[in-house]
Amino acid sequence: MTGTLTQKPSTELTPDALLDAYRVMRTIRDFEERVHEEFASGDIPGFVHLYAGEEASAAGICAHLTDRDAIASTHRGHGHCIAKGVDIQGMMAEIYGRATGSCRGKGGSMHIADLSKGMLGANGIVGGGPPLICGRALASKIKGDGGVAVAFFGDGASNQGTTLESLNLASIWNLPAIFVAENNGYAEATSSTWSVATDDIADRAAAFGMPGVIVDGFDFFAVHEAAGEAVARAREGGGPTLIEVKFTRYFGHFEGDQQLYRADEVRHARENLDCLKVFRARVTAADQLTDAQLDQIDAEVATAVDASVVAAKAAPRPDPGDLLTDVYVSY
Amino acid sequence: MARSITYREAINEAIAQEMARDERVIVMGEDNVGGTGAPGEMDAWGGVLGVTKGLWGKFPDRVMDTPISESAFVGAAIGAATGGLRPVVELMFIDFLGVCFDQIFNQAAKFRYMFGGKAVTPVVVRTMWGAGLRAAAQHSQSLLPWVTHVPGLKVAAPSNPYDAKGLLIQAIRDDDPVIFAEHKMLYDVAGEVPEESYTIPFGEANVVREGGDVTIVAIGRMVNTALEAATELASSGVEAEVIDPRTTSPLDLDTIIESVENTGRLVVVDESNPRCSLASDIAGLIAQEAFGALRGPIQMVTGPHTPVPFADSLEDLFIPDAARITGAVKTAVDWKK
Repeated sequence: MTGTLTQKPSTELTPDALLDAYRVMRTIRDFEERVHEEFASGDIPGFVHLYAGEEASAAGICAHLTDRDAIASTHRGHGHCIAKGVDIQGMMAEIYGRATGSCRGKGGSMHIADLSKGMLGANGIVGGGPPLICGRALASKIKGDGGVAVAFFGDGASNQGTTLESLNLASIWNLPAIFVAENNGYAEATSSTWSVATDDIADRAAAFGMPGVIVDGFDFFAVHEAAGEAVARAREGGGPTLIEVKFTRYFGHFEGDQQLYRADEVRHARENLDCLKVFRARVTAADQLTDAQLDQIDAEVATAVDASVVAAKAAPRPDPGDLLTDVYVSY
Repeated sequence: MARSITYREAINEAIAQEMARDERVIVMGEDNVGGTGAPGEMDAWGGVLGVTKGLWGKFPDRVMDTPISESAFVGAAIGAATGGLRPVVELMFIDFLGVCFDQIFNQAAKFRYMFGGKAVTPVVVRTMWGAGLRAAAQHSQSLLPWVTHVPGLKVAAPSNPYDAKGLLIQAIRDDDPVIFAEHKMLYDVAGEVPEESYTIPFGEANVVREGGDVTIVAIGRMVNTALEAATELASSGVEAEVIDPRTTSPLDLDTIIESVENTGRLVVVDESNPRCSLASDIAGLIAQEAFGALRGPIQMVTGPHTPVPFADSLEDLFIPDAARITGAVKTAVDWKK
């Protein structure tokens, strides 16, 4: 059942939905470009993995979700958080390790979560999310609340036993789950063309009795359409889907990665494939949105991201007493 | 008047009563029903040792068999717990922690802290532990130290049917992830258990036997072995106080300290391997917190630093027995500066 979806016009998306999608993608891009700059200045502790270049995946999938739907993310999780509606002020403060952060400074970049938004957390363990998403999907199925659950994972996690076990479990339990394999070409510094035994990760869907589709990850509309079919199928009791999203990441595995293993594919992608450029070109050519509308979003997002950095830098660090709190609900 | 039922029946009854009380409680695990998809009868097993037998008949929509995919289904139980259910998932043997531990210690245990106090993960992982069934090195371990070590997990290890029921109901109602360790050699042990529902709070040790000469802290099946040793010791004039912590996390250190302050001597009995163990943990804590009360060296009675052997003659040597405990008590009591 593996195949590349043919590109269709975006007539199903209202202007408001298109504006929302663009705002999400632009927010992710600006947020990540800014974290890239700020990290280089040495103000951000630890290490960060940036999602720039992959925006169309998070935006295209999460456009179909509401707060009742859950997602599990990866170490490269900022984009998923933003697309699922997590507040960027809290996110930026969390990345700076401040008390005002999404997790009060105790999680950091790799563990940003907002359970009220159905965002079950970025995850520092490659392949950590898919089993959890089986559980969220099971909970929705048992409760009959109509929710679906989405596991984002990378090409690296596609080789983890947890992921493969979860594909099987979701299939035999007929869970309302969607597995989104974000194949950016590299698991850390190792090419997915080498580490994945099949030609495509989506090929593996057949082994677990579910549909597998491949989409161009630079094309918001392609992702949006594939996700729409998968989410509708899941909500209607039709079971899980594996969607492989192919693209490249614009930065290294983590900030500071010299990326000696890469060719110049980033320059090519930024110039010719970039999801924001493609999106703008298509919606303006089709007279769905104007450049002025998109420029206005660009300006608003730039202001909001800047404000998040200013606020994060001014925010207090966690109280020393916070070291010992919130290990348990009660102990 | 309480009935006498087995440890196995007490666990089954606890789950059944909680499932009847709270529709959020679900049960899953390998062959917890038994027979799913097969041509014969459903509820063919009720778990490998029959602990969940009959639950599927009462709650067919909430008792599920799983494939042999511990990472996926233990993780699914954890995920479902974040989604408003209260799963009771069975990890058939504690030895199988090796194929799902990430979901337990990096996911379930960390969510609350890592997410800034906003996550609630009320999952119970029931798992069978301990030596004695001639099950050899990969089905006989006592890995409670592994889970006790992890902040964010609670660990219960009942030593009798009464505690099994009360601790399990507490575990299911608890909002934190709980490892509920069932000793495989206790399943057929019977004891008085009330029919009505009740809970035993975590972190409250049970003083199983009072005595003024030595404090014996024992875990799980070793509580019975310690009582056997205490009876022998009494015949030679040494009165042992036997303490069952019941939960290793949280640990009721206060009760142990109070006892040691009275007896001046401590013997810790656990069938786990000795290094970085419950025995060394409790011994270290008492050495730090009650050093002034000690009148002899703390003794640890544990399994050796080996895997659990298969041959019955060797396994019997591995597991601490009453003679080793009485020997350790005598060393502590007879110690002279």
